Amino acid sequence: MASLQPVSAEEIESLAIGAWILGTGGGGSPYLALLNMRALYGQGARVSLMDPMDLADDDLVAVVSNMGAPLVGQERLTDPRTIARAVTMMEEYLGRRFRAIMSLEIGGGNAIQPFMAAALLDRPVVDADCMGRAFPEAQMTSFAIHDLRTYPLMLVDVRDNAVIVAQAASWKWMERLSRTACVAVGSIAATCKAPRTGREVKECAILYSTSKAIRLGQTVQAARRTHRDPIEAIIEAEHGLLLFSGKIADVARRATEGFLRGTARVDGLGDCRGQRFELAFQNEFAVGWLDGAPRIMTPDLICVMDTVSGEAIGTETLRYGQRVSVVALPAPPVLLTAKGLEHVGPRAFGYDLEFKSVFA
Amino acid sequence: MRRVGIDVGGTNTDAVLLDGDTVVHAVKTPTTADVTSGITTALRDLLAVVGPTGPIHAVMIGTTHFTNAVVQRRDLTRVAAVRIGLPASASLPPFVDWPEDLAALVRGEVIMLEGGHEYDGRPIVPFDETGMRAAARRIRAAGITSVAIASVFSPLNAECETRAAAILRDEYPDAAVTLSHELGRIGLLERENATLLNAALVGLARRTTSAFTEALGASGLAAPLYLTQNDGTVMLAATAEAFPVYGFASGPTNSMRGAAFLSGLSDAIVIDVGGTTTDIGSLRRGFPREANNVVEVGGVRTLFRMPDLLSLGLGGGSLVGGDPFRVGPRSVGYRLVDESRVFGGATLTATDVAVAAGLIDLGDRRRVADLPADLVKTALAWMHATIEEGVDRMKTDAQEEPLIAVGGGCFLVPERLPGVSEVVHVRHQAVANAVGAAIAQVSGEVDQIFQNLTREAAIAEARRIAEQRAVSGGADGATLQVVEVEDLPLAYLPGNSLRVRVRIVGDIADPRSGPNQS
Repeated sequence: MASLQPVSAEEIESLAIGAWILGTGGGGSPYLALLNMRALYGQGARVSLMDPMDLADDDLVAVVSNMGAPLVGQERLTDPRTIARAVTMMEEYLGRRFRAIMSLEIGGGNAIQPFMAAALLDRPVVDADCMGRAFPEAQMTSFAIHDLRTYPLMLVDVRDNAVIVAQAASWKWMERLSRTACVAVGSIAATCKAPRTGREVKECAILYSTSKAIRLGQTVQAARRTHRDPIEAIIEAEHGLLLFSGKIADVARRATEGFLRGTARVDGLGDCRGQRFELAFQNEFAVGWLDGAPRIMTPDLICVMDTVSGEAIGTETLRYGQRVSVVALPAPPVLLTAKGLEHVGPRAFGYDLEFKSVFA
Repeated sequence: MRRVGIDVGGTNTDAVLLDGDTVVHAVKTPTTADVTSGITTALRDLLAVVGPTGPIHAVMIGTTHFTNAVVQRRDLTRVAAVRIGLPASASLPPFVDWPEDLAALVRGEVIMLEGGHEYDGRPIVPFDETGMRAAARRIRAAGITSVAIASVFSPLNAECETRAAAILRDEYPDAAVTLSHELGRIGLLERENATLLNAALVGLARRTTSAFTEALGASGLAAPLYLTQNDGTVMLAATAEAFPVYGFASGPTNSMRGAAFLSGLSDAIVIDVGGTTTDIGSLRRGFPREANNVVEVGGVRTLFRMPDLLSLGLGGGSLVGGDPFRVGPRSVGYRLVDESRVFGGATLTATDVAVAAGLIDLGDRRRVADLPADLVKTALAWMHATIEEGVDRMKTDAQEEPLIAVGGGCFLVPERLPGVSEVVHVRHQAVANAVGAAIAQVSGEVDQIFQNLTREAAIAEARRIAEQRAVSGGADGATLQVVEVEDLPLAYLPGNSLRVRVRIVGDIADPRSGPNQS
C-alpha cells in the first residue's frame, strides 16, 4: 500500500513561493490558484502527496494544466471544479479511473492545479512533473523527450464544453490542435493531457519536484523569519550559483506569436560593480550574458529575484531600478541529454549557442 | 485668479491662497474630529491675513480621509456585492482576498449571477436579468444602501453592469451604485476590490463633501468646490463624492505637484522626509509617475492608478543606535518634541544627529555636544546611503536629474548625491500639499466604443467629447492638453469598432477672463 504524505496549508503557501521561483520568470503567478487552495482547505479539504515510486506500473496518472492567455486568466479566474472536470471526463473517455494526479509544470501556477483537482476528487498528487520548471510549449516536457504518446487530450471550459483531441501526429500538432480549441472557448481552458501509466511516470517524469518546490518556499520563508539573506539560503539549500547582482537598467518587451519576448540589462552593484548582465526571455528567462559572453542558458534555471526579499520576479513585472540577484539552479538531468537539449536547449529557442551548463 | 488649496490631513489642516502663480499666504491648523471646524478655522486665519481684497475663484480640497477610513477600519458602509460572470470565476467570490477584519465590516450580501463577457466581447452566457431583479429586492429587504457591481471583462464590454444598474434602480431607486468598469481595468479581483472599497466609502464621501461645503458657506466663500484626485487633477465635489477611491493617493500626489510648482521644475525626483518615513517619487511633465503594478490599500489588492512611491523607514524622528548599528525604521514620530535629546528627552534620533552635525539648529544644541564625532559620522553616512539608494531606485534612467527636498525632515537629505544634478529646497515646503491642491487642473475623460469611423476620426471625436467635458467641469478652453490616448480594436463587433479612451486636462477657468462658466 502506498504511503501518502498529507500536505498542510502552510506547505501549500510554501509551494506557491517555490513554484514561482522555479517558474524562472514565466509560468504565471500562482496567486489565484493559492487563493483557491486556501478556500478549499478552509472548507476542510486535505490533499496528500504520493511518492511516485509507490505507483504500480499499470496505475494511470492524470497530467493536468491550465492553458490559455494570462490576460484572460485575470478575468476568468481559475476554478477547481473545471480542472477536476477535465480529469473526470478523461476517465469517462478512457473508461478507467486515475490512481493519482500530477502537474504538467512545477514552475508557476500550474504547480497548484493538480492540488485543486485532487482536493475535489479525493485523489493524491504525485510528487513529480514533466518540466522541472516552466516552459512555453507542449513539446518541452520530459515525456516528449522520451517520445511518449502525445494523445488523447481533454480540454474543458466553465460551460458544458469539452473537446477531445483523440489523436495528434506529433507534439507540434497537439500544440496546434489544442491551442485552436482553447481560443474557441475564450482562450482559457483546463486540460488533462495524455494519461501516463505508473511505469511511464517512474521512468520518464521529473521526480520529487513538488516536494522540492515546497522545500524551496520553506527556505525562503525561514530566511525571512530569521532575517537571513534569502538568496544565500536558496543557493545553499539547492546547490545553486549566484551569477550576478545589480540593478535593472533597461527592459525591452514585445508580445509576439502569443509569447512575451524581450531583453533586460542588469548593471552590477557591490562585487559586480562595473560589469553588466543581459537577459533574454521568451515567457521564461532563456539566456544570460555576462559582459557580452554567454554565461547561462536554458535548460539551466535562470532565476531573477529581488535581492532583499528573495521574491521571484516575473518577466512581465521586471522594472527599471529593481535590485535583483540572478541565480542559477540546476536543471533536471533529462533536460541535459542530447535529446533533451533538442527540445529545450538554446537552439529550441532560436539562439545559435552550444549548450554549456554553468554547473559543468 | 485666486485659488485656495486645502489639505485635510490626519494631523493638520493646511490652507494656502494662491494669486496666479504667487503664494500669498499659508496657514497650518490642527485637524478637528468634525473636519468642518478645522477647515473653517484655517479659512478664517487665511482670509484674516489676506483681507477682503477680492473674490476667491475656486477652492480645492485634498484629503486623506478616505484612505484613513480604510486603513483604520472606521466610517465604512456595509456593501452588497453583485458579481456577474457565472459559470466563470465561481470559486473566488467577492471579498475572497480581503483581510478578515475589514471584510467583516463591509461584507453585506454577496450575489453571483450568470453573465459577463469573453476577452473578445462575446457573452460568456446570457445575463441573468431575472436573477438581478430578485437580487435587487433582496438587497433592499436587507436594508443595504450601497451596491458594488462587477462583471467579467466589463472594461471591454460594460453592457451587463449598466443593465444590472438599471434593474437595481428600477427596484431600489435609493441605492448608491458603483460599477466596476468606471473604476478600473482588466483584473477582475483587483477591479472588484476597488469597486467594493468605493461602495463602502460613498456614505462617508457624501458626509465629508457636505462638511466641506458647509465650511465654505460658514466662511462666506461662494467659490466652486473641487476635490483633488490621485492623478493631480480635480473634480467638482458633486461629481467626486461618487468616486472617493479616486482620491486615495491625492496626498502624495499633491505633495509632489506642489513641490514641482514651488521649485518651477517639471521633471525631477521629489523626496518628502517626514517624522517616520520618507516618500520618494518621480515627476514627469509636472505629474507623478504612476505605479504599474498591484497597489494595496489597507491590505486590499487593487489596481488603482497611483503615484509610484518608494517609502523608506527614515525620518526626523528615526531612532539611532543599537547593535548592529542602524537608523530607523523605528521612530518617536510625533513625540519628537518630547523624546529627542535636543528637546530635553533621552532618545537619540536622526534630528539630534543632524543638530550635532550642524545641519540644522533646533532645540538645545548643548544637549548633543557629548555625542562622539564617530557616531555622528556613522549615522549620517547610514542616512545618506539609504536616501541615495532610494533616489537611485526611483530614477528611470541614468541621466542626472534635480532632486526636490520637502517635508519637516528634509535637512537629512545630503547636498550632493550620485545621479542628482542639484538638490533643490523651496519656500513654503511645509505646505506643499495644499499648494499642490490649489494648482490642480480639471480633467475631462471619455472612454467609449466608436463604430464606422477611421481610427483617426474616432480619436478626434473622442477628443472633442473629452474637451467638452473638461470645459463643462470648469477648465479654461485655451489651456487644454491631451494627457492620454489609448485605443483598442474590438474585432467581434460589426463596422470597425474601436474602443477609445482620451483624457484631457486644463487649468481652472478664470471667470473674469472669458465666457467659460466657473
